[in-house]
Amino acid sequence: MSLIEKTATELLALQSSGRVTAGEIAEAFLAACRDREPKLRSFTSLDEAAVREQAAAIDAKRKAGKPLGRLAGIPVAVKDVLCTKGVRTTCSSKILANFVPPYDAHVVERLRAEDAVLFGKTNMDEFAMGSSTENSAFQVTRNPWAPDRIPGGSSGGSAACVAGCQAPLSLGTDTGGSIRQPAALCGIVGLKPTYGRVSRYGLIAFASSLDQVGPFAHDVTDCALLLEAIAGHDRRDSTCVDQPVPEYRQSLNDPVEGLRIGVPREFFDKGLDAEVEAAVRAALKEYQKLGATLVDVSLPHSKYALAAYYIVAPAEASSNLARFDGMHYGHRTAAKADLIATYAKSRGEGFGPEVRRRIMIGTYVLSSGYKDAFYVKALKVRRLVKKDFDDVLANCDVIMGPTTPTPAFTIGEKADDPLAMYLSDVYTVSCNLAGIPGLSIPCGFTKGGLPIGLQLLGKPFDEEKLLRIARMYEAVTDWHTRRPRL
Amino acid sequence: MSLSLDEVRKVARLARLELPEDDLVRMQAQLSAILDYVAQLGELDTRDVEPLAHPLPVQNVFRPDEPTPSLPVEAALRNAPKRVGDYFAVPAVFDSDEPVSP
Repeated sequence: MSLIEKTATELLALQSSGRVTAGEIAEAFLAACRDREPKLRSFTSLDEAAVREQAAAIDAKRKAGKPLGRLAGIPVAVKDVLCTKGVRTTCSSKILANFVPPYDAHVVERLRAEDAVLFGKTNMDEFAMGSSTENSAFQVTRNPWAPDRIPGGSSGGSAACVAGCQAPLSLGTDTGGSIRQPAALCGIVGLKPTYGRVSRYGLIAFASSLDQVGPFAHDVTDCALLLEAIAGHDRRDSTCVDQPVPEYRQSLNDPVEGLRIGVPREFFDKGLDAEVEAAVRAALKEYQKLGATLVDVSLPHSKYALAAYYIVAPAEASSNLARFDGMHYGHRTAAKADLIATYAKSRGEGFGPEVRRRIMIGTYVLSSGYKDAFYVKALKVRRLVKKDFDDVLANCDVIMGPTTPTPAFTIGEKADDPLAMYLSDVYTVSCNLAGIPGLSIPCGFTKGGLPIGLQLLGKPFDEEKLLRIARMYEAVTDWHTRRPRL
Repeated sequence: MSLSLDEVRKVARLARLELPEDDLVRMQAQLSAILDYVAQLGELDTRDVEPLAHPLPVQNVFRPDEPTPSLPVEAALRNAPKRVGDYFAVPAVFDSDEPVSP
């Protein structure tokens, strides 16, 4: 197996035993990017010199016998929605095409502190709004398993670069499925942590009551490793909870005794692709063989979750994105106009179609006369959705089902039908509304060779157990070892 | 539920979003379809349900009020679309010919 196909955990071991240097790892992945990037288009920017410089510094540190962080010499790609000091951060939007943040996001600081090699910024749906990464203002990212198909979104670049072995780890963000859905469609592991587990300081906000930062990795161990690095309290994000961060990897191979898996009827309803269903059912059987009990459960309000989400998320987005007015940073129109017209022209020119659409929906549902009927109604439904999860998880260790209703669709297939695109988030949005952690792991392929994801949902701050449960399945399957031919 | 073109225009104005006419027309159809979809929430009786704005039961997060350095002026201004000296240059807020009302 070549260097680029290895996991971060393997790369760490190779370095500590002296068989490989951080510099050699960096060169291997840079070469992979030169080779594969024209096909995959995972990155919005990748500074080769900066990568080499960081890798050399870590090799020097190792040589000097200094203590090293837990990600020493490991390339980590970062979604272009997270601020990186001195490195252009675009949100894949024209309005931020030239924005160079004056500070690092908290998670980027954490990566630096753990001696990771920051390895480029990844392409995404503009402002994280979308499910295919087609809404990027710059480029369309391809699925490494099928280049005519989307990688999922909005963190499509972060998923594609790990699946396509351009980087062993990456960070994404998940507001309604934007980590889990692309992880599923690209055949890798993706985790949306509990709301409040990871600081959002320096994350360019989409929907503040839903957004979380989380890891992409080839396997559960690497996912646990990256979560250890980024989780934890940061007083610059007042929603970030001050709870100790477990060493997730330590308990990873301890199976959960008497595991009870809630299987919601509603996740196997019409609209679910037959091959996806078969793979997920087979995974559940595998858990039964491992001694787990499957519990038939119901999340009665889950059919309303998507509608509630598409009110709450745009409402918060319309408010958050009001800051892009062309005054302090970002695009300002060249047209000569008064203040209000300058705002309106700058925003009209800078935002792409999906972002405009969400701002419009959000503005409408918050506008005078409609707020109670739409926004407040959606918040009430949100409580019902959360209560469904609380009830089921009081009785089960985990909820399982498909991450997505279908495998990756072809590029352009849903681009003109926003509502059809929204429906690809049908199994993932309720987790964000409830604030619980959600994990997607690979559980098979279609006959056509497209990856399928199994979704695991747990109680708030129960990431440790969720990862252990995922590892139980991973230990008896080999989906996570597959790499696409590129 | 269908929105009129005038309603779409009004929302765009509220959102400070200048859109070309053909965009407004496309938006009219798309927004109407999306609002139709979300209107299914009306099926649920939520009279006795408290709205949930935030998934965590966290309230009143305090921290010590200690002075810390803020962003240096140069760093803050580096992304300014237009600057004059140490200031962001923006279009006039008030018409310069008219007195500013209190």
